[in-house]
Amino acid sequence: MIIEAKQLRKYFTIAKGQIVHAVDDVSVGIQEHEVLGLVGESGSGKTTFGKTLIGLHDKTAGEVIYKGRVLPAHYKAEDFKNQAREIQIIFQDPYSSLNPRMTIGEIIAEGIVIRDQCSLASVRDRVVYWLERVGLHSDHLSRYPHEFSGGQRQRVGIARALIVEPKLLVCDEPISALDVSVQAQVVKLLDELKSSMGLSMLFIAHDLSMVRYISDRMAVMYLGSLIELGSADAVYFAPKHPYTQLLVKSNPEPDPEYERQRSDALIQGEILSPINLKPSCRFAGRCPLVQARCLEERPLLREVAPGHLVACHLV
Amino acid sequence: MTSVNQYALEVNNLAVEFTTYGGTVKAVRDVSFKLRKGTTLAIVGESGCGKSVTVQSLMGLIPMPPGKITSGSALLDGEEILGLKTERLNQYRGKRLGMIFQDAMSALNPTMTIGNQIAETLIVHRAMDKKTAWVEVLELLALTQISEPARRARQYPFEFSGGMLQRVMIAMSLACKPDVLIADEPTTALDVTIQAQILNLLRNLQEKQGLSIILITHDLGVVARMAHDVAVMYAGQIVETGSVDDIFYRSSHPYTVGLKEAMPSNKTVEQELRVIAGSPPDLFAPPEGCGFYARCMYAMKVCEKNSPPIFGNHHGARCWLHHANAPAHILQQSLKDPTN
Repeated sequence: MIIEAKQLRKYFTIAKGQIVHAVDDVSVGIQEHEVLGLVGESGSGKTTFGKTLIGLHDKTAGEVIYKGRVLPAHYKAEDFKNQAREIQIIFQDPYSSLNPRMTIGEIIAEGIVIRDQCSLASVRDRVVYWLERVGLHSDHLSRYPHEFSGGQRQRVGIARALIVEPKLLVCDEPISALDVSVQAQVVKLLDELKSSMGLSMLFIAHDLSMVRYISDRMAVMYLGSLIELGSADAVYFAPKHPYTQLLVKSNPEPDPEYERQRSDALIQGEILSPINLKPSCRFAGRCPLVQARCLEERPLLREVAPGHLVACHLV
Repeated sequence: MTSVNQYALEVNNLAVEFTTYGGTVKAVRDVSFKLRKGTTLAIVGESGCGKSVTVQSLMGLIPMPPGKITSGSALLDGEEILGLKTERLNQYRGKRLGMIFQDAMSALNPTMTIGNQIAETLIVHRAMDKKTAWVEVLELLALTQISEPARRARQYPFEFSGGMLQRVMIAMSLACKPDVLIADEPTTALDVTIQAQILNLLRNLQEKQGLSIILITHDLGVVARMAHDVAVMYAGQIVETGSVDDIFYRSSHPYTVGLKEAMPSNKTVEQELRVIAGSPPDLFAPPEGCGFYARCMYAMKVCEKNSPPIFGNHHGARCWLHHANAPAHILQQSLKDPTN
C-alpha cells in the first residue's frame, strides 16, 4: 500500500447540533502503481474524501498512513511543503484552480521553484519539457490562463502536478468539465504518464464508463460511506450492492440497440442530506430491497468474493 | 403538399454570424434538418460547434447585434418563424415552441415562487385567471412527478435540488402545450441516477402528448437512449445526419467515428480509447475546405480547398469520401444502400 485510509471520518459542523457526515468511517488503500477509481453522486463525499486523504481538510477521526508513516490529523504549512513532493492533486475546475495573475510558466514552475529554492529561469527547460509532454507548446509559457480552453487548462493542471514527480496523484473529477474528444485525450495522457512514471492514482469521477476504463479497482461511495469496492470490471459488470446495480443501470451506453432493451429500473428519489445521519444503512431510504434490519443497523463493508467488498445486509 | 405536416420543424440553410472586436465568427454555416412529428432529434457536438446557437436562433434568442441570421428559413409546422418581429415571435415562442436549458437554477427567477413563475406563463399565453392558473400549475408539477405539488409550488428555486429544478423547467415549458420542445443539454449538470429519471420523464411525456423534441447534447449515451434521428455538428455545420442506428452502426463521417471511439465502450473486452488529435478550427476564419480536414485521418487533397456537400439522402454525410470519384473506403458502405 502506498497510502491507506483507516476509519477516516470528516464531519462539518454547519450549525449548533447540525453535523454533516461528509466522510463516515471510510477505510481503503491504494497499492503502488494502482489506479483506484472513486465514484458516487454529488453529495456522496468523494471529493471530501480525496481532500481529507491528502490533508486539505483536517481529519475528524481515523488516520491516513502514507508509506508506513501516519500523516498528521491537522496539517501545518511545513507538512504541506514536505508532502507536496510526493503527493499532488489535479482539481475539477480548470478555471478556478489556476491563478489568473500568473503566467502558465510561473504556474507550472511554482512547485519546483519552492521545493528547490531556485529561480524561475533555471527551471525553464523542465517547464518546457512538461508543457510539451502534456501536449502544449513552449510559446504558451508567457501566456495567462484566460487565453486557454478548458482542455488546455486541465493540461496545465496536470503539468503543474506532475513536474514535481509525485508518487501519488489525486485526480478530482479531472475530465467532467471537458468535451468528449478532449476527455479521451486527457485520460489517455494520464494513463500514459501513469505507466511511464509509475504513478499511483486516486481517480474521482461520476462518469462510470471513464472510471472503469482507467481504474484497476473501483470504489463506490454513498452518503459518506464506502459501500462497494472491487476490481473495476467486477464492480461494473457484476455489481453486488443494490445501489451500484441501479447506478450502473442508469448509466447511458453509446449503443442504441442495448438502450432499447434496457429496463427502466430507476432509483426513486434523491440522495438525502448527510446531516445528523442515524445508524442505519445509508441507502435504506431509496433501496428497493429495504428490510427492517437496514433501518436499525449500519452494514459493514465485508468481503463477499475474493477482493470484492460490499456493505449490505442482503448480500 | 402532404410533406408539410410530416415535419414538426424544418430548418433549411440556416447561417448565423456574430460580429466581435476580433472579427466575424461564422457560428452556424448552412445547417438544415427536419424534425419528424412525435420523435426526438438529437443534435450532437462539442462546445463551440454551434448547436446551441442553432436552436437559440429558432427561439429568437440571438442578440442582434452582435448576432445576425444571414440566411435560412425555419418552418414550424409549415409556418416561417425566422426573422419575425417580437410581437409575432411571442405568439409561438414559449407557446408552440418550448425550451429548457442546461442550468435550470439561473434560468429561473430566484425571487419568485416556483408556482408563480409557472402561473405567469399560463396567465400571459393562455389568458387564464390566477385561480385557474394555480390549479393548472399543480397539475403540471404532478405531471413532472414533483411530490407534494401544493407545498412545493409555494417554495423558491433555492429550495429545490438540481434535478427538481429541471422538472420545474419541464413543467413550465409544457404549460402551453407546445408542439416542439427544445432541450439544451437538459441533464448535463445532473448525476446519472437523476439524469435517468429526467430522460424517462421526457420520454413518457413524448408518448403521452406526442411531443416532438430537439435534444442537444454531447453525450452519445444520452443520444443512444433518447433519439430517433441524429444530426452530428462540427465547426458550425452538420456533418452527418440519419437515424440513430445509421449514426451508431453505419457511421459515415470520420468525425462521428472519432467521437464514438473516444468513448469507452463498456464491453467486457477492453477496447483502446482513440483520440481525435488536434482541436476544432477557428470559426473567425473557417477553413476553405472541409472543417474537419486538419484532424481527419482519411483526408485527401480535395478536402483542403473544397468544402464537401452532403452526400446521401436520409442518411447523409458531409465528406468527400462519398463522392463517386473517391477511392474505395470502408466508410462508403452505408450510404450506398439503395434504400437511402
